[in-house]
Amino acid sequence: MPTVSVGRDRLFKALGCSYSVEEFEDLCFKFGIELDDVTTEKAIIRKEKHLDEEEQSEDEEVIYKIEVPANRYDLLCLEGLAQALRVFNGVDTIPAYKVASISKESMLKMHVKLETSEVRPFVVCAVLRGVTFDEARYNSFIDLQDRLHQNICRKRTLVAIGTHDLDTIKGPFTYEALPPTEINFVPLKQTKSFRADELMEFYKSDLKLKKFLHIIENSPVFPVIYDSERTVLSLPPIINSAHSAITLKTKNVLIECTATDLRKANIVLNTMVTMFSVYCERKFEVEPVEVIYADGKSYITPDLSLYQLVVPLSYITSIIGVSLPAHEVARLLNKMQLHARHSVAENNEASFTISAPPTRSDILHPCDVAEDVAIAYGYNEIQKVKRPSLKPQSLNQFSDLIRAEIAMVGYTEVLIWILCSYNENFTMLNRKDDKSTAAINGNPRTADFEVVRTSLMPGILKTVGHNKDHPKPIKIFEVGDVVLLDDAKDVGASNRRRLAALYCGATSGFELIHGLVDRIMEVTGTPFVSPGDKTGYYIQSSDEPEFLPGRQASIVYKGKKIGTFGIVHPQVLDNFGIPDPCSFVEIDIESFL
Amino acid sequence: MAEEAVLGYLENNEEIPDSGNFAEEKGISHDEIVNIIKSLNGFRLVDAQDIKRERWVLTLEGELYAKYGSPEVQLFQAVPPEGITREDLQKIFSSRLPNDIEDKLKSSMYKIGSTQAIKNKWIEMGKAQVSKKVPHVEDKVKDLLIRIQNGEAVGAEDIDALKKRKLISSQIWKGYSVKKGPKYAPKRKKVATDLTRENLQRGDWKEIEFKEYNFLAKGQPTEGGYLHPLLKVRRQIQMIFLQMGFEEMPTNNYVESSFWNFDALFQPQQHPARDSHDTFFLKEPSTTRSLPEDYVERVKRVHESGGYGSRGYGYDWKREEANKNLLRTHTTAVSSRMLYALAKGPFTPKSYYSIDRVFRNEAVDRTHLAEFHQIEGLICDRGLTLGHLIGVLHDFFSRLGMSKLKFKPAYNPYTEPSMEIFSYHEGLQKWVEIGNSGMFRPEMLQPMGLPEDVQVIAWGLSLERPTMILYGIDNIRDLFGHKVDLGLIKRNPICRLGI
Repeated sequence: MPTVSVGRDRLFKALGCSYSVEEFEDLCFKFGIELDDVTTEKAIIRKEKHLDEEEQSEDEEVIYKIEVPANRYDLLCLEGLAQALRVFNGVDTIPAYKVASISKESMLKMHVKLETSEVRPFVVCAVLRGVTFDEARYNSFIDLQDRLHQNICRKRTLVAIGTHDLDTIKGPFTYEALPPTEINFVPLKQTKSFRADELMEFYKSDLKLKKFLHIIENSPVFPVIYDSERTVLSLPPIINSAHSAITLKTKNVLIECTATDLRKANIVLNTMVTMFSVYCERKFEVEPVEVIYADGKSYITPDLSLYQLVVPLSYITSIIGVSLPAHEVARLLNKMQLHARHSVAENNEASFTISAPPTRSDILHPCDVAEDVAIAYGYNEIQKVKRPSLKPQSLNQFSDLIRAEIAMVGYTEVLIWILCSYNENFTMLNRKDDKSTAAINGNPRTADFEVVRTSLMPGILKTVGHNKDHPKPIKIFEVGDVVLLDDAKDVGASNRRRLAALYCGATSGFELIHGLVDRIMEVTGTPFVSPGDKTGYYIQSSDEPEFLPGRQASIVYKGKKIGTFGIVHPQVLDNFGIPDPCSFVEIDIESFL
Repeated sequence: MAEEAVLGYLENNEEIPDSGNFAEEKGISHDEIVNIIKSLNGFRLVDAQDIKRERWVLTLEGELYAKYGSPEVQLFQAVPPEGITREDLQKIFSSRLPNDIEDKLKSSMYKIGSTQAIKNKWIEMGKAQVSKKVPHVEDKVKDLLIRIQNGEAVGAEDIDALKKRKLISSQIWKGYSVKKGPKYAPKRKKVATDLTRENLQRGDWKEIEFKEYNFLAKGQPTEGGYLHPLLKVRRQIQMIFLQMGFEEMPTNNYVESSFWNFDALFQPQQHPARDSHDTFFLKEPSTTRSLPEDYVERVKRVHESGGYGSRGYGYDWKREEANKNLLRTHTTAVSSRMLYALAKGPFTPKSYYSIDRVFRNEAVDRTHLAEFHQIEGLICDRGLTLGHLIGVLHDFFSRLGMSKLKFKPAYNPYTEPSMEIFSYHEGLQKWVEIGNSGMFRPEMLQPMGLPEDVQVIAWGLSLERPTMILYGIDNIRDLFGHKVDLGLIKRNPICRLGI
């Protein structure tokens, strides 16, 4: 996206209003441009030269760097930006640009020679009369040409702009294409005359101009514009002549755009003249030039006619999704510099005849009109419409992610029954039933189904007990629910999601299970902290009957105990018929959500 | 033996007041006793308190004098009552010293001896003759040194004098006083680091004393495989799309023609994105072999002169430009193929998504790579409005944890209206751009043959940017590509987007 640098104070003066940075950013955001940077001329130079920031002084002019959409050539200078924002803010009406009505006889003429078709076939021209330049306006005029050359002109390949002090030259003009050896003139910023081929050689060392030489370099003829006294105006797309150079004192300006793309040449010319006709004696009025081609066809340029298209109201509202009355749509369109004439057809369908001014070459289709209404209405005012979609169960999604992580560090998943025997849930774990935890089955068919498990431990241990012959080490895990008595629930019991893992080998693997706890914390993004710190997790020795004393610990997560790990008590191992030492961890993973 | 001595002594005594004395009494080296005390203290069988003492020891020179007497006395004794010449005195002095002392040292001892003897006014040293001034002297220095060597007390003045002559130096002696600890037992149980199968088989686990475990340190790191964070995020975003009813587009085709990548999207042939500065054009295969000709004709017309309500761009559309092959610059190239295919049959609404690689001819820096992953979603249906687009964006981004959104008008050749998506970043305390969106232009959709009242709302963003924000990575090369830090891949947490 192109960036335009404008002086803040000049911009605010042109807008007739001052803004804080935040207010101006907000205005830009709504309009669809962006305040990219706030800087000063000196700061830019300092940055280029990699100097320190120290020398900054208070009185430097503040520069706003503003990003504008790539298809809005009218926003590439302060004049156009200010105009567009004034209209958007409702402090100005859409400017009416017009071509001065002068007779064809008194009109300046540009004759196009046939040979130009070999290298750069098109030219369009216009005159700005009675322009008042000052330094700032003059710089803006030059900058706009640069930006147009960079953007729509595609580095002068498609279009090149020449501007001349009309009072130094005399029409009618000719646009010709001649062998380079036949062209001689003093180019801009030089004092001596060059032959065109020598000039090309000379510019090979010019940092700014050398990148344009390729456009005509290999052509046997070079495009050139003469006045009636064979004074060279320019050698497009390379350089203008020194003779016709515009200065701060210039009053009448001839603008010529030579091109390989006629539509873009017209857009460029229109942009130049509409932007700077604001400084003309007759504001917004432009004097035409007749361009006569070798085949006798002639065109009056610039073409400042309005581009018209008919857009149904229903189309506009169907794009935005907001129902708006016709007069409101017309008002919104005016804010975007589009004229809108409202009409109702026989079938009662309301339509607008939209007239886009020459500054709005970006309007191609009714969808562009609809967008402008949406912008003026405010994107962020549009009511959102929700389409049907599904939300996942976080607990299950999270369980699945954590299951994958545990498997990836080498543990095999097991899936155990929720029901177990009373003994397995209590006595065999060295635990006593204090009647406060377990939901008890009233009619179990066998002892296997007496209790709804309050821990994943009995299931895991039973699995090891039944896999005594499996090669060691055995590393298994389960993520599943236990049920605990819960007074807060209507039925008096609730599920809790747990993660349990076990290591069984020649040694108990206590440090390995400890390491697994660290990994679980790492994958949940929990930092390891000092005891007492509530921002992460720490480990604290514990005293639970199912684990061996001295080799067991609580896992404290954000100040809350969420699990335990330890070497399974040899008595418990014996209860489950396990001959090998085991370490085991169990964590409540709902705490991580 | 030392352990038994310490534990055994404490069984009947309150305290070992001084490990040094204790070692001496038991005839065990002090070092050995100290090691045992440290170990017992670690297991809290004993409670040891440090004792520090400053002690004087003889220097090498001091030891020499203690053995052979001070040089001044030796010199005095070498002087005969009648006196002697200096030369002869030095000869006699040296010859009386033991042979194992070097000549150089002998000569320096002579100097020291004569200086001290003169200072003590024991002798007189004339130019020619050396003679005694007193008949008899005592070797006080030697006596003092021997007393120090034996650990006997010596007066402060004498210590100072010896220190000045560098005959003694101080040494810190460390030892312990030892009492019973909280886990005192007359005999230490066997300590273990882990429970073993043998412990269970022998049943001796009840007797095992475990080494203290440090819960302030981390456990043994796990070993395994790890998935790349960017693809973990991709997985979650895929899940989000699926929950929102989107179907994945086949995007396994990096080589694309300019036609599908640009022209079909109503992107004019002079558009800057089509510069070699931005796009990788292929030398081989340089051009596409075939394009759907009737569709190409409609695309050409809409670029050149418009139609479908548009005025077009008004330039000469060139087939050669459209034929140029490139590495796709966006997955929207696939979207254009999918929509074209969709337009061929009777219309059915579709929601499509893709997350895959795209290529840009860009300089690589902290935030840019020549390749990245584009996330794209689109809905093709009748009656879609900006309200639907805003609704679906809120739905999508709130699942990514970004629920505060606002939209800025923007320009994009193939969408109109176009909206840049901004999200308020709580950490940075500002609005940041997170993606682009819009409604595909009629100039793109209608040449495909989609019905006039069908709209397509679409949005896109990179996969890298939200991932970098999520994992706090500020250099894209740390995340993606061969310069990645493998440690980062291993350390990264699970991606909880959308859950």
